[in-house]
Amino acid sequence: MPDRPDLDLSHLPTAGFGSRSAITWGTYGFILLEATGFALAIGAYFYLQSRSSEWPLGVIPPDLEPGTILTLAMLASLVPNHFIKAFARNHRVQAVRLGLVLMSVVGVALLVIRALEFAVLNVRWDTNAYGSIIWLLLALHTLHLLTDVADTIVLTALIFTRHGHKKRRLGDVEDNGVYWDFVVWSWLPIYAVIYWVPRW
Amino acid sequence: MSSSDEGLRDTGLDSVRLHDWLSRTWDHKRGLVGWFSTVDHKVIGRRYIITALFFLALGGLAAAIMRLQLARPENTIVGPDLYNQLFSMHGTTMMFLFAVPVMEAFAIYLVPLMVGTRAIAFPRLNAFSYYVFLMGGLMMWIAFAFNTGAEAGWFSYVPLAGPEFSPGKRTDFWAQMITFTEVAALSVAVVVIVTVFKQRAPGMTLNRIPLFVWSELVTSFVVLFAMPAVMMASTMLILDRLVGTHFFNPAEGGDALLWQHLFWFFGHPEVYIIFLPATGMVSAILPAFTRCPVFGYTAIVLSLIATGFLAFGLWVHHMFVAGLPQLGSSFFTASSMVIAIPSGIQIFCWIATLWLGSPVYRTPLLFVLGFIVIFVLGGLTGVMAAAVPIDAQIHDSYFIVAHFHYVLVGGAVFPLVGAIYYWYPKATGRMMSERLGRWHFALAFITFNAAFFPMHILGLAGMPRRVYTYPAEAGWSAMNLVVSLASLAFAFSFVLLAWNMMRSLRHGTPAGPNPWTAGTLEWATPSPPPPYNFARIPVIDNVEPLWRGNGSPAGEVSGLRVDARELLVTTLTEAMPDLREPSPADSIWPLLAAVAVGATFFGSIFTPWAVIWGLGPVAVTLIGWFWPKGAPEDE
Repeated sequence: MPDRPDLDLSHLPTAGFGSRSAITWGTYGFILLEATGFALAIGAYFYLQSRSSEWPLGVIPPDLEPGTILTLAMLASLVPNHFIKAFARNHRVQAVRLGLVLMSVVGVALLVIRALEFAVLNVRWDTNAYGSIIWLLLALHTLHLLTDVADTIVLTALIFTRHGHKKRRLGDVEDNGVYWDFVVWSWLPIYAVIYWVPRW
Repeated sequence: MSSSDEGLRDTGLDSVRLHDWLSRTWDHKRGLVGWFSTVDHKVIGRRYIITALFFLALGGLAAAIMRLQLARPENTIVGPDLYNQLFSMHGTTMMFLFAVPVMEAFAIYLVPLMVGTRAIAFPRLNAFSYYVFLMGGLMMWIAFAFNTGAEAGWFSYVPLAGPEFSPGKRTDFWAQMITFTEVAALSVAVVVIVTVFKQRAPGMTLNRIPLFVWSELVTSFVVLFAMPAVMMASTMLILDRLVGTHFFNPAEGGDALLWQHLFWFFGHPEVYIIFLPATGMVSAILPAFTRCPVFGYTAIVLSLIATGFLAFGLWVHHMFVAGLPQLGSSFFTASSMVIAIPSGIQIFCWIATLWLGSPVYRTPLLFVLGFIVIFVLGGLTGVMAAAVPIDAQIHDSYFIVAHFHYVLVGGAVFPLVGAIYYWYPKATGRMMSERLGRWHFALAFITFNAAFFPMHILGLAGMPRRVYTYPAEAGWSAMNLVVSLASLAFAFSFVLLAWNMMRSLRHGTPAGPNPWTAGTLEWATPSPPPPYNFARIPVIDNVEPLWRGNGSPAGEVSGLRVDARELLVTTLTEAMPDLREPSPADSIWPLLAAVAVGATFFGSIFTPWAVIWGLGPVAVTLIGWFWPKGAPEDE
């Protein structure tokens, strides 16, 4: 190889937001494969429904209240989530810190509501295939909710340390926000399937 | 400028000091902890390949015992129960523990070298995936040693695999092994996609990506969309078995065909997850031995992508005899035939490359030629089996066994063995014996055909799959004996390969950086490559960057840090330099996280509460993994 380097890149920045950064693409990759999992579980729901003459199988549909409250709360959480992402991009560390505390509290509250949801499904997982599939759908989404809430809490702790001012950590905040958007938007079709399809 | 923008740069360092600095920064620590902490993609890739080959040997042993049993009618070497486990372990091992991991392992080792970067994206996730894969495979084989091996075939159809007909823990181990291997495969898929998208050397625009890298990229996307289906299916199965759900129980509104749909929605793309990287290997080997760029680069890339899409439109052809509506079957017959078109285009491009170039018949090329012959034969019987009336006749017979071994061994293992001969010098610095390689090829090609071609005839003569014996009156005895003898000889051909690999490690001729005078970037660095891959990141202007006049890339990059692990991140389509991102340092936490996850999965076979107990250790290890520890890469 020639000894003379041709392309001097010493001026390049060491962190970037959004699609410039590798970690964002990793987040997109995981969102894609998890969305595939949700889509398949929903597909399995409709497949089982198509094989049955009655639906839901001899039980009443789930009570609407906790699931609907959770849905509205999740949609409302998109607003602070949006602002936290913007604060992170603009390097407003104090605002990010406050926002993450808020999102941690919201997340824990959502988990409490989610626990109530399981209580009013009006069917057990081992009652019949209908019960099995709606428990699976709800549990699958709960796994994502739990993961992101835990991630948010850890990130909140991290951002209060000296690392909070690092651009890469603020990039992590943005990616966590992107994942939260996914957790919220993926819930809407599952909410519709669990709560409204049995009422049609 | 913030502190992260400081640090020592490579600008102005002479090659000796550059090597010293980069080695200090990128090499892993010695000792046991260092060994388990490394995130070097070459080390992890090598471990993956060796582990997958180890499982190949185990799967092969299972096959050898089956062939001994079938060599004579009414033989008594193994009974029906053990035979069920043997064919289930054989198929499961070959698909989940050998073929998919080994194809991904080649991506782990080669993709960063071929795109000209210092490390794979998310190297800790990559290391984590290896340990998860290793634990899943070992768990299933250790269970088998305790008479708890998989017993319902590699696709574990319900109700046979359900709680009623497969009591005990055998199928639970199978189902959790699936979870292990799919977590690993999905992680690697994300790692490979991001490496290809964001870490290509400057100038490596989309139409300059090596075809092998394209094939691994398309494969990774197929993995992303296919593997969740089998994870979902195996989760439902284990829930039916352990906590009393009814997904597959018709008595309570469940449906057995749901399993088949979910399994084959994964299972058919699985074939292409194995086959597409193999085509990439062929497209990498051919130009090196014909001295001619692959004919029809664009056509091959489009064929790869088309195959990736079409792979998802075929699954029902595994279910033609399951009693589905006729219109559906006709659609899937048509789509099954359509997928022969992109594969055909690739084959014609390879033949054209051979035609236009001046082939040098070294061992890797011999295996490519063997691949073309065997795969075309397997493809032809595939088009036959795609027709519903023929499928109804040959379903569950040895004709199908012959067909898919032609496709999988011919279509994937032959290119893979060629790839081992081709890239071995890069990974070890030494050549494998050419003489032994030729003997190996001759033996493998002849004995493969002798072992599997008669199976077509046995199938047409009515011999069903998965029978542990057959009566002498059936008239299948002579052919089965031929098949068994040839199978054992075929197994022996792998002993030659193993011997060649081990012997060449010490006694092979030193290879030098580019023994085949090939054109892609992995040959621009020493063999074996240093921990940092490239002393200076190359700039390229060509799909075969080393085939320019002076045998080196068009240019080099400077300005990167040498005292901390730093990567060049480029733009998605044009590969323009964009960022200098840090690459994570070595860490023991991926191993610990894998152990926590593995213990959770393993425990869940025995009690659902393991999932709850496991949450704590998993969370702790993940936090340990991600929490910055003050290394310059964390800043």
